[in-house]
Amino acid sequence: MEWIQQLVNGISLGSIYALIALGYTMVYGIIKLINFAHGDVFMLGAFIGFYAIARWDIGFFPALIISMVLCAIIGVIIERVAYKRLRNATRIAALITAIGVSLLIEYTVIFFRGASPEAYPEVLPKTYIDIFGVSISSISILILAVTVVLMILLQFIVHKTKIGKAMRAVSLDPDAARLMGINVDNTISATFAIGSALAGAAGVIFGVYYTRIEPLMGVLPGLKAFIAAVFGGIGSIPGAMVGGLSLGVVETVVSALGFSLWRDAAAFVILILILILKPSGIFGKNTREKV
Amino acid sequence: MKKSKAFWVFSALALVIYAVVQGLISSGIIDLYYQNILVQMCINIMLAVSLHIVIGITGQFSIGHAGFMAVGAYFSAIATMKLGLPLPVGLALGAGVAALAGLLVGLPTLRLKGDYLAIATLGFAEIIRIIFLNVDYVGGAAGMVVTNMTTWTYAFAGVVITIIVISNFTNSRHGRGAISIREDEIAADAMGINTTYYKVVAFTIGSLFAGLAGAIYAHNFFIIQPTTFNFLKSFDILIYVVLGGLGSLSGSVIAAIFLTMVTAFLANFPETRMIIYSLVLILVMLYRPTGLMGTKEITSLFKFGKKGGTKP
Repeated sequence: MEWIQQLVNGISLGSIYALIALGYTMVYGIIKLINFAHGDVFMLGAFIGFYAIARWDIGFFPALIISMVLCAIIGVIIERVAYKRLRNATRIAALITAIGVSLLIEYTVIFFRGASPEAYPEVLPKTYIDIFGVSISSISILILAVTVVLMILLQFIVHKTKIGKAMRAVSLDPDAARLMGINVDNTISATFAIGSALAGAAGVIFGVYYTRIEPLMGVLPGLKAFIAAVFGGIGSIPGAMVGGLSLGVVETVVSALGFSLWRDAAAFVILILILILKPSGIFGKNTREKV
Repeated sequence: MKKSKAFWVFSALALVIYAVVQGLISSGIIDLYYQNILVQMCINIMLAVSLHIVIGITGQFSIGHAGFMAVGAYFSAIATMKLGLPLPVGLALGAGVAALAGLLVGLPTLRLKGDYLAIATLGFAEIIRIIFLNVDYVGGAAGMVVTNMTTWTYAFAGVVITIIVISNFTNSRHGRGAISIREDEIAADAMGINTTYYKVVAFTIGSLFAGLAGAIYAHNFFIIQPTTFNFLKSFDILIYVVLGGLGSLSGSVIAAIFLTMVTAFLANFPETRMIIYSLVLILVMLYRPTGLMGTKEITSLFKFGKKGGTKP
């Protein structure tokens, strides 16, 4: 039963990774940029949720929605200010800018509020439910429920709405999409907004689940979510979900086996193996190099 | 015979700089604080130049350079502290093991391109760091105590060797092969250049000098800890190269000198330093993506009358 317990923990961690990975994979799919600042949007989301709950005394769901909305706005601002000019720049220039934006967000937050960690208020009652002799905390179930709802919502947006259709068209071929009358700039902004909102949600969930947040908390989950996105096949939305969940489970298993200090290395080993053996990931499409 | 002239001018200049600074140190005008900044500056120049050969010359985007620095630091410290070998042997061992690590990391990863290569090198650097974090022989998270043995002489000799080797490499047949990979890898391949070979050679040389810098760094402070070599350190090195100009050796040297001084002045305000760093990084990329010097060298600024030169 111990193992089922660990599996539940792994899925909870994995669903946080999956939510962040979705933002990575959508942005990468549409403008081929590793948005390093995405992990920091996740951090900002956690802090927005924290201040909303601790200062304004509101519940979990209003805080979640406030955090998602503000993160969406932040994501669009980042895209408009920093990345928009770099559409036609080299990949290296875009990547360096993304690293710069990431460092800027982290250290601006540290500058204004210090680097000390913050304890998340207990916003949800912590009860344990027994299912077949396994005690599962209600928070784990709630996290899973919120994640599933957000992913269904995302699938709906991407596949059933007009903006989703535009997003798919732009990621397939931006020039052709522009010729078809799609406003490419707005579509890219919408992608950033949706991705950042998911990261914001992940931030609040992370805070509630792990109860400890700090300004540099976004770096490692951000990198691991990127690994999850690569694992699942970058640009693929189901891939990000599967990648996130499997990475979460793998990390928890490595910890449970008694190698908790090697947990972070496990993620990077997975990354390197997948990059060397199958760079397109599980659900990725093989692309051929064109001159 | 133009190249050998440049070599002798550089050697003479290096000798003069060394003699002047050494004179100032022995006469006590430069105190220990400034001496430490000078050594730090030398270390940063070596790191910048060693990354310059990977990013600037070969065009392979690596953001895991701190990992090789860590290898150099730890292995040289093991040699001097645990095995009792003299410092020069320790430095050579650190650099050699770092080069070996660079070869082992480079062989599989350099097949990747662009973003994937960047993230894979970052992953390897983190794995290297986590290994040092978990090995009790080198102190684990608490770090390893190292005697302060680095002097200005060692640091400056390191810089001179690094610059001579890397500028000679750049001007050689190998260097031209590497530059052709930077300009267009597919075209270089089509011209019969063994791209994998040159990429791995450049990466290994870069790792070697990063290891040497790490070894000198390890003996400059009293303790080395795995957290020192995290990816923020890699980003620091990246900023030198990007700000100086991707492809300009003198540019990365100037940027390393300048940013070391900025760091020294802002030593009490680390957050402000990082905010300035990140803003510089963003603004340079938005308004001058080639960096301050582009691919030009400082020497080309003194060649008046001649038109043209290397175009970026």
